[in-house]
Amino acid sequence: MSEHAEHVPGLAHHFATMEQQKEAGTVGMWVFLVTELMFFGGLFLVYTIFRSTYPEGFEYGSFLLSVPLGLTNTVVLILSSLTMAMGVHSAQTGKQGALQFYLVVTLLLCLAFLGIKSIEYTTKVKDHLFPAYTTYNPVTKEADPTNTHAVPTKIKSEVRTFLWIYFLMTGLHAFHMIVGAGMLVALIWMARKGRFNEHYNSPIEIGGLYWHFVDIVWIFLFPLLYLSGYHLNSGH
Amino acid sequence: MEIAAKNIDAHVEEEESVNYLNATHTVKSWLLTLDHKRIGILYLLSISVFFLIGGIYASLIRLELVTPRGDLLTPETYNRVFTMHGVIMIFFFLIPSIPATLGNFLLPLMLGAKDVAFPRLNLLSWYIFMIGGIMMMYTLLSGGIDTGWTFYPPYSSIYSNSQVTLAGISIFITGFSSILTGLNFMVTIHTMRAPGQTWFRLPLFVWGMYATSLIQILGTPVIAITVLALAFERTLQIGIFDPKLGGDPILFQHMFWFYSHPAVYIMVLPGMGVISEIIASMTRKAIFGYHFVAFSSLAIAVFGFLVWGHHMFTSSQSMYAGMVFSLISFAVAIPSAIKVFNWVATIYKGSVSYDTPMIYALAFLGLFMVGGMTGLFLAALGLDIHLHDTYFVVAHFHYVMVGGQVIAYLGGLHFWWPKMTGRMYSETWGRISAVIIFLGFNLTFFPQFVLGYLGMPRRYHAYVPEFQFLHVLSSAGASVLALGFFVPAIYLTWSLFYGKKATANPWQAYGLEWQTPSPPPTENFTYDPVVTHEAYDFDSVKEISDARAKVAVTA
Repeated sequence: MSEHAEHVPGLAHHFATMEQQKEAGTVGMWVFLVTELMFFGGLFLVYTIFRSTYPEGFEYGSFLLSVPLGLTNTVVLILSSLTMAMGVHSAQTGKQGALQFYLVVTLLLCLAFLGIKSIEYTTKVKDHLFPAYTTYNPVTKEADPTNTHAVPTKIKSEVRTFLWIYFLMTGLHAFHMIVGAGMLVALIWMARKGRFNEHYNSPIEIGGLYWHFVDIVWIFLFPLLYLSGYHLNSGH
Repeated sequence: MEIAAKNIDAHVEEEESVNYLNATHTVKSWLLTLDHKRIGILYLLSISVFFLIGGIYASLIRLELVTPRGDLLTPETYNRVFTMHGVIMIFFFLIPSIPATLGNFLLPLMLGAKDVAFPRLNLLSWYIFMIGGIMMMYTLLSGGIDTGWTFYPPYSSIYSNSQVTLAGISIFITGFSSILTGLNFMVTIHTMRAPGQTWFRLPLFVWGMYATSLIQILGTPVIAITVLALAFERTLQIGIFDPKLGGDPILFQHMFWFYSHPAVYIMVLPGMGVISEIIASMTRKAIFGYHFVAFSSLAIAVFGFLVWGHHMFTSSQSMYAGMVFSLISFAVAIPSAIKVFNWVATIYKGSVSYDTPMIYALAFLGLFMVGGMTGLFLAALGLDIHLHDTYFVVAHFHYVMVGGQVIAYLGGLHFWWPKMTGRMYSETWGRISAVIIFLGFNLTFFPQFVLGYLGMPRRYHAYVPEFQFLHVLSSAGASVLALGFFVPAIYLTWSLFYGKKATANPWQAYGLEWQTPSPPPTENFTYDPVVTHEAYDFDSVKEISDARAKVAVTA
């Protein structure tokens, strides 16, 4: 039985059939995503609690974030989900060239996201918003120890809490993007070696599940973090 | 009959001598093994070491409490000692105890599979466990932690000068080993069952493991993010839990118990699974009400996620929330009681043999019942105000965790020892030590119920002289208990070298794991198992083994 099984390429010794192997991989990824959901869920809970405790601080903190950059990243990620889905489709229909193309585009979009994110992070550090701000003036966009427009003293520590939660949530998300980039590199490498065809493509499908999950997390992060203070723009 | 019909080849005689233990001998072949059975043994060795270390801390606690004055340890040292006892015993012994050792070894065998679904992930989880464990040992050597295993801020934030960050990170890492084991088991149970091994033919141990995996998957990520946030808070001064920085300490308690209460069921559900297997085999009867026992495991797992607030009756939690938590906590007693009643009904009119595993199973029934019932005292809102943070609580959870899980773990270890090692242990010594453990355990923890009811608070290194008699009783019991744990370590090790060779099915038990040689070959079965009988169909045991023997002879 086991000698016989070794003739099927890509089938591990402990599985009886390819179907069983694929099912195990798919169920495994779904279960993993459930654990991820609970992992992020803890931070979403923290966000919810503190947003209701410190509504003003959260509004103001949200106003300090760049909506154009956040929005660009949202579009980038939705596009990458599309290219990933196209990649999965190409793998299932056995189109080797298209598969490699879509995977590479997905990887480029992933890197674009991380690039924009790092611009955002460095701006926050430059503006003295992180790790601990003192003098940032959101109107002149400068560090100014004497400014009157800086974060009101009353809600200073609340804004600080918001910013920390922002860094924790987007940082954890960015970490997942980096892991995803590594995964894409591995998939591209395997695709170039011609490992996938209409019969064997579960790594692409399972990788796709992970990718869509990471995207969906961002779809929730964007409005919660960036848009809840957007209306303050008209006031300043 | 069909079980044996296929693929028993001419090498049966030879294959019985080549097994997973003697297939290869190098250290490398063990450290890089992907065989679930060897990984189970690696876990067994590691958690035994952690159990010993946790036990040494327990001895220090009991030694200090012999006298009312704090004369052996300073208050600070005592805080560190009971914290390290709790942390090591819970995260490094109890949680991995049955799932990672017996579970790893038995699950694929019981399902009729060659291995778990993800063997590499399985090995990775052991390495992650060891990294977490070694970091925790370093924490211990570099000063330990003094917050209690619950890490409540502000004890763990501004008021602690101990290694909280390091301990938090090692628990974070160890958590992933638990998640990976749960994930692996869940997928294995879903996808790797042999033909004919339907959900309702699964041994009840597998149902217990499934419910455990559910908790590991849903709960552990939350404690991971909680301790990570705590570590960040201590190092970077973020205000999440520390009120001084604008945080909310009660939020920590909610998030901590959201995992840690279900984790209590990680520490008893596998034990319940083991007890079902032992009782069925030792009474030669199918478990009474199989479906109820199976579903009660899932019910406990689900209810377990809805009761965390009963740890917080004395915090600033809303009284109305407290009432709901109290009500649901009472509801957990229902599936637990279903199990106990069904086990008792199984024993009734069974042909009971009092081998060592059965003595452990009977001890489990008694101790778990006391542990469970006293849990109802603590779930009652008013009474809990009096009993909160007293020795009553300490006694209660030791009755469930030690009286439940540790007893079941030892029972299971004896039950499957012949399968794991291919050797029989000394039955006489097995029975003697089981009785010693039962007596020692009760002597240690029963007085603590009384102490707690009289008002002795937990986590104090000194106490009023009136309590000394009960504390001395408890410490005396701890010595007996320590002896009880020591004896099996000796005769089980002895059996590895001098024990009688075990047959494939020494207990005449039902189950796929007994239908392969002891110890099993690396690929688990020399034939492709097909299941044609309901679970615990003891009438079929002889029929199945006869059929296999016949095929072997003709081949």
